[in-house]
Amino acid sequence: MREINFRQAIGEALDEEMERDPRVFIIGEDVGVMGGLMGEIGGLYQKYGIDRVRDTPLSEAAILGAAIGAAITGMRPVARMRFGDFLGVAWDEIMNQMTKMRYMFGGKIKMPLTMDALSGAGRRSAAQHSQSIEGMLMSIPGLKIALPSNAHDAKGLLKTAIRDDNPVMFFEHKLIMWTSPKSEVPEEEYLIPFGQADIKREGSDVTVVATANMVIRALNAAEKLQQEKGISLEVIDPRTIVPFDKETVLNSVSKTGRLVIFTEECETGSFAGQVAAIVADEGFDYLDAPIKRVNAPDTPVPYGIIMEDFWIPNEDKLIKAVNEIT
Amino acid sequence: MAIEKEKLIEMYRTMVRIRRFEERVAREFADGNIPGSVHSYIGEEAVAAGAIAHLRTDDYILSTHRGHGHLIAKGGKTDLMMAELFAKKTGYNLGKGGSMHIADVDIGILGAMGIVGSGIPIATGAGLSAKMRGTDQVTICFFGDGASNIGRFHEGINMASIWSLPVIFICENNLYAVSVPQSYSMKIRDIADRAVSYGIPGVAVDGMNVIAVYETVGEAVARARRGEGPTLVECKTYRYRGHAEGLPSPYRTKEEVEEWMKKDPIKTYTEKLIEMKVLTKKRADEIDQEMLEEMDKAVKFAQESPFPKPEETLENVYA
Repeated sequence: MREINFRQAIGEALDEEMERDPRVFIIGEDVGVMGGLMGEIGGLYQKYGIDRVRDTPLSEAAILGAAIGAAITGMRPVARMRFGDFLGVAWDEIMNQMTKMRYMFGGKIKMPLTMDALSGAGRRSAAQHSQSIEGMLMSIPGLKIALPSNAHDAKGLLKTAIRDDNPVMFFEHKLIMWTSPKSEVPEEEYLIPFGQADIKREGSDVTVVATANMVIRALNAAEKLQQEKGISLEVIDPRTIVPFDKETVLNSVSKTGRLVIFTEECETGSFAGQVAAIVADEGFDYLDAPIKRVNAPDTPVPYGIIMEDFWIPNEDKLIKAVNEIT
Repeated sequence: MAIEKEKLIEMYRTMVRIRRFEERVAREFADGNIPGSVHSYIGEEAVAAGAIAHLRTDDYILSTHRGHGHLIAKGGKTDLMMAELFAKKTGYNLGKGGSMHIADVDIGILGAMGIVGSGIPIATGAGLSAKMRGTDQVTICFFGDGASNIGRFHEGINMASIWSLPVIFICENNLYAVSVPQSYSMKIRDIADRAVSYGIPGVAVDGMNVIAVYETVGEAVARARRGEGPTLVECKTYRYRGHAEGLPSPYRTKEEVEEWMKKDPIKTYTEKLIEMKVLTKKRADEIDQEMLEEMDKAVKFAQESPFPKPEETLENVYA
């Protein structure tokens, strides 16, 4: 099968959906001639024109507000928000409008609106361009959240997001986007349904639930633990955290009896905490050891190699947690 | 501009309908039949009636927490509105939104938004959508003087301006953002002046005079339909009642309120129409009676409607 990289996957998904459905359009900063911050949508502006690949002023609130207005009147906007941190500028649109309007209006509207943004640390970008905020967003009812860990999943999930009649936050992890690893991606069209976790590596001793860049690190750690200590990790990537495929995780824990949740969030108020709560509640009898969380400390993301590398969860921290419960 | 007789009467009926609806809502609220909070439009009827008189059913409006007048002018049904205020299942939005959040997209009511200023960029998006779909639909966005100090006023109008979108931004300047007067919150007298920074027309108009509103907004709507872009219209008006029902108004004098009530938009318009021989006193009384009866029916419908079931709370989060 052919291989494409992560950025190409993003560009292909948008191109295919825009080609398929004239209601789909891109709105955001630097989406035109620039083709996205890492060139990931290069060529779309030339192909579809300024009408459908619409550069905006620096106006995050109005980007999302306009996307909302367009979505409820028959269009299917993709709002490119650059960095997850920038969502703060348009938080009201996210928590008070796009996610509440359908409910407040008794189901009378649909909100087919996709947001995408870079998320995560690892590029020494300091506190305002690095945070993983999926935990905060997860507590807003009405929003769906996808955070793919490879090119194949990114393409299939982004296409699904664009076809969804609800608002979707789609995160591209900054480090995955930067290194842009290749994966096998079919030529023919495919979609990946939301709420369907993917078991990235089967194992028998410990279940590891990981998201985004931590999936890549979990797979590294799994290989190392298998070779050095004969410990077998089962690595599960939920791919979407809302909706969340808890069955796959509970099934896995029923087999392994052990769970580590490995995400790049501050620990407090995190998706990791939610997974721990669900398994403690619904899978307590499966557990042979305490649930462990390996997350980032509750500080802003620091600048520089020394402190940022200390801050980001890594293979060693995961291995240490596994050793504590095996 | 000569306005057709039918249009003059239509606007009159709209204003009386809004007034009688709001009076009845105030009574029902005081009697404890409406939970939460309601924000009365009494005193501002000429703005909604005069502006929306230019719109077709497929045109859009964005409304506010003080939105009943806009909804009625756009064709909202008073029985379904009243049922929504009563938190009944038969209400416009299944009793899930209440006074501040009524929507009916089938008649172009994209929704009343309770966060001040949030409708402005949404209106820009509705305008963008109309333009991209190649229709000549226009969008009117209502907001208050307070909203003109919100960042999204700037972002939303600027964006509509650079793309020449068919949106009419109507600022209902009733002089107070809850309790804070305009004179305290900005150094300018006319909010319409802010249009200069977006390179679009900005017009201030007497919002107590429905004909003045009609004529000014008419030009703005025509300009929008021609594809020439947005206009900022400031309607100078006044709310007679407190910010919300049951709230006191210690920030203004009784004399000030009485001064504005002398310019009452319905009273002055009734006199004008009688003078123009478009309306007789008798006909005016009949219309008033008709509206009073409509509100009786609306309240009866609301009272007799069932409440939602508790478990319906869990529906309508996702499509």
